[in-house]
Amino acid sequence: MNRTVPDILAAHPGAGRDALIPLLQEVQEAEGYISRAAVAELGTHLDLPASRIYGVATFYNQFRFQPLGRYHVQVCRGTACHVKGSLGVFAAIKRTLKIEDGETSRDGLFSLEVVSCLGACGLAPLVAVNGQVHGEVTPESVVEILRRYRREGAVA
Amino acid sequence: MIGPISFTPAGDPAAIRRLRRDTVVRPVVLVGTGTCGLGAGAGRTLARVKELAGERGWDLDVVEVGCIGLCASEPLLDVQLPGRARLCFGDVDPDKAEAILASVLGGGAWPELPLFQFPAEDHTPWDGVPAIGDHPFFAPQTRWVLKNCGLIDPRSLDEYLARGGYAAFRSVLGSLQPREVCELVERSGLRGRGGGGFPTGRKWRLALETPATQKYLICNADEGDPGAFMDRAVIEGDPHRLVEGMAIAAYAVGATKAYVYIRAEYPLAIGHLDNALEQARHAGLLGHDVLGSGVDLEIRLKKGAGAFVCGEETALIASIEGRRGMPGPRPPYPVTRGLFGAPTVINNVETLANLPELVARGPEAFAALGTAGSKGTKVFALSGKVSRTGLVEVAMGTSLQTVIVDVGGGAPGGKRLKAVQIGGPSGGCIPADRLDVPVDYESIRTLGAMMGSGGLVVMDEDNCMVDVAKFFMDFIQRESCGKCIPCREGTRHMLEILQSITRHPRREHDHQALERFQGVVHLEELAGVIKDSALCGLGQTAPNPVLSTLRWFRDEYEAHIFERRCPAGVCAELLTYAIDPALCNGCTRCARVCPVDAIHGDPREPHVIDQTVCIACGSCLEACRRGAVSTGAGRQTCP
Repeated sequence: MNRTVPDILAAHPGAGRDALIPLLQEVQEAEGYISRAAVAELGTHLDLPASRIYGVATFYNQFRFQPLGRYHVQVCRGTACHVKGSLGVFAAIKRTLKIEDGETSRDGLFSLEVVSCLGACGLAPLVAVNGQVHGEVTPESVVEILRRYRREGAVA
Repeated sequence: MIGPISFTPAGDPAAIRRLRRDTVVRPVVLVGTGTCGLGAGAGRTLARVKELAGERGWDLDVVEVGCIGLCASEPLLDVQLPGRARLCFGDVDPDKAEAILASVLGGGAWPELPLFQFPAEDHTPWDGVPAIGDHPFFAPQTRWVLKNCGLIDPRSLDEYLARGGYAAFRSVLGSLQPREVCELVERSGLRGRGGGGFPTGRKWRLALETPATQKYLICNADEGDPGAFMDRAVIEGDPHRLVEGMAIAAYAVGATKAYVYIRAEYPLAIGHLDNALEQARHAGLLGHDVLGSGVDLEIRLKKGAGAFVCGEETALIASIEGRRGMPGPRPPYPVTRGLFGAPTVINNVETLANLPELVARGPEAFAALGTAGSKGTKVFALSGKVSRTGLVEVAMGTSLQTVIVDVGGGAPGGKRLKAVQIGGPSGGCIPADRLDVPVDYESIRTLGAMMGSGGLVVMDEDNCMVDVAKFFMDFIQRESCGKCIPCREGTRHMLEILQSITRHPRREHDHQALERFQGVVHLEELAGVIKDSALCGLGQTAPNPVLSTLRWFRDEYEAHIFERRCPAGVCAELLTYAIDPALCNGCTRCARVCPVDAIHGDPREPHVIDQTVCIACGSCLEACRRGAVSTGAGRQTCP
């Protein structure tokens, strides 16, 4: 299911400006991030200057311009998570992975992202790794969770 | 003439009873697999149930359902035996699932009592198990929007139809003119559930009366308020209800194209909705010439790209058009000039999901529930420091006390309830002694908060209100789109003031001390300016969290500003740190991490912290493996 940018564009002939965000989403889903080359191709297809595309893409939190690590760690910093101590969880993750929000670890295993709400506030505080939600985590348990992924990543 | 809905078992009452699970021929196991259930491990429970059925040769139907709302007891597993009432068990991990199924199917003693049972006609109830209506979480609720959530398979159109689904749409299409539908909704008193509370019927009529060749309906499912998950749960648990609501609304305003603008963070909801739309198209409920009525309707999904401001109408439209999600001035309002310049009605998920029930019950019955100005029910997402977190639907006019204490069970661990945050970053905090306020748009506004979309985050004595205000300002400041100066610069400056009043005295520079002393005065003044001059709803309501905490918890601000202490012991830089000599084994770990060399002591001897040097960064607390470092809310000594 490895679609390339030309494949995606070919599936949307005659796309207009309103297709820009869905196309960016598809590109990111296929390639993991928005590359400069992809922006150039999108620009040709939609007849938009690259500056416009970057203007839109950088406005939204969803779009990344660097490749993701193998495990995409999302830390929820919603209100419910905050009052239940997600700041401590976030600090523990940063300490363990030695990266900040938006960065990818040097071994390419983990990338860290802060999200504003994952919508499962009943289980706060939450951390999601590659979409798998871990509820009611603590600074201690999250380190254990990350260790499990690291072991799994090292074997594969 | 409105044609029938292509529905396989139509006219076969026995088949409909089976779809409603009024009669089941073999035991049915239902597992709640909403996002919250999966987060609690429902996936593993479900897999184990399927595995067990194979291993032990049990003849079972295994069904995945949405969330019934009791998130605190997830994963939930229900069992229904032929002729018996359906039972619901809570906190079911794979091992417990095995024990429960073995006992229920094999007829032994249950490993533990079920949470409740669903009483129904012709089903023999179980002895000693409370009915769902007697469970404290469900007893005070009035479930109209959430009626089917947790009961039906969200991937099945037939199950929704068997419970009377799309009957409201069909009757509207067959017997009412669009104008009459608008009037009906206006009569019911339904108001927008997204937060603003604008009368829905009036909004529709404005759009209907605007002449145009193309009109649009947009469902706002960009539930950006942190702490709110009502829309997600409705879409995950009962997606056809939203589709039906949208179909009714689109018919009423004369829109032939509709969009659902949904958060990309909700993959499960997107999947279920996509499936529901496909089924509806297939059944002739959407598309060209819907049910032979001559009306066309197309509904498309648009995934949001993660911007809080896109919950604002004009910003949402900009985002669908493929531009930066920045709001524009109003008027013109979207009902006259909206998406692609055409009249556009934007309604929230909950508003639309109310419609099938509203039409089925009639506007008078709908208006009979609630208060003078607010009709029907309201769904709340209850989270934070409360025993039973989850999704709650109560009649308008119910007190917040009932929602938080009766339904939610109050603060866990015998802690004192302090406040509840309502309405997300645009809302405010309501103190515990004002919780007798009834749930309606006006009453909540008089307390300096707003209904918002319905997130309720409960806080107890361990939460610091200054910290909460700072959290919201940080959020708003990051999410401000940057178009208008009051919001872009103002919220940033409010955050800076809050940061200065929670900063350690030793890290403070001269002008910051001044900023701190002026803090409260400046905050109020700045908040007033932002409220009056910001362009959109996001900016105009941005100061609310600060203003409401200032109004009810001014003493906490003053303790931070003048006494330099955090009464709740949350603001890390205002804490004092001490090492318990009885626990410290002198491992030197803390001394090594201390950035200012404030910790002294010989190896293998208890260490001490020099309070005149300590900057209260908290590194020692994190580093200590013996729990010897403790914090106190004591007053900070100024240098």
